[in-house]
Amino acid sequence: MENEIQVPINSDQDIVAARQKGRSLAAALGFSSGDATLIATAISELARNIITYAKSGEIRLTVINGSARQGIQLVARDQGPGIPDVQQALRDGFSTSGSLGLGLPGVKRLVDEFEIASVENRGTTVTAKKWKR
Amino acid sequence: MEVPILKQGDFLIATVQAALTDEDLLHFRTALIHKVVLCRSRGVIVDVTSLDVMDSFASRTLREIAQMIRLRGAETVIVGIQPEVAFAMVQLGLTLEDVATALDLEEGLAHLQQKSESTA
Repeated sequence: MENEIQVPINSDQDIVAARQKGRSLAAALGFSSGDATLIATAISELARNIITYAKSGEIRLTVINGSARQGIQLVARDQGPGIPDVQQALRDGFSTSGSLGLGLPGVKRLVDEFEIASVENRGTTVTAKKWKR
Repeated sequence: MEVPILKQGDFLIATVQAALTDEDLLHFRTALIHKVVLCRSRGVIVDVTSLDVMDSFASRTLREIAQMIRLRGAETVIVGIQPEVAFAMVQLGLTLEDVATALDLEEGLAHLQQKSESTA
């Protein structure tokens, strides 16, 4: 099993590829099928944000070892326009692209840990972690 | 990946058989609406049993399909949403709003039959 998988995100096919890789990694680590679905869904949303806002970027999946358990870290990175107000983007119902506006707060609920670093005109990096129960 | 759409009397049955890209979903939307018009269907079942992820785009597209079909005077039922998928959708904050859902194909067909009898 690979400990790190990198998936370039340049098209809607890559969204499907990224979430399938996330699901197989989760299954290989022994995550429950329910948690694997949460991971795959989170990847799908983060990859879609890359396509919608930045056109291209990458998703990196890494196996992480906590004190007593394993987990998966998802890093979604792009060099897009960035998010001017991260706090606002984390509130339910906020969207600038005319989409549902549930992206980031929703993804945050799917995972255990969630962080965003964004610089205007430089890009956005979302880091999410899901631990095995 | 094309979604096969079968005609069964007054109804159409569309079975999603593999993961769909956004583009596949939009093609499916067009093909399904077209066939509803062509067949003068009274009801449509979209079977998503084999979908392992329903993200915001897929939910929104399914909702739009159901709304368009309703404007044609027909009813849509989404069947077979897996329990894990339902859980993830709720966590993500996604709903299908007023789109009918049913456990499986059989219950979906029963729902459509009931609907079309009550409006006949």
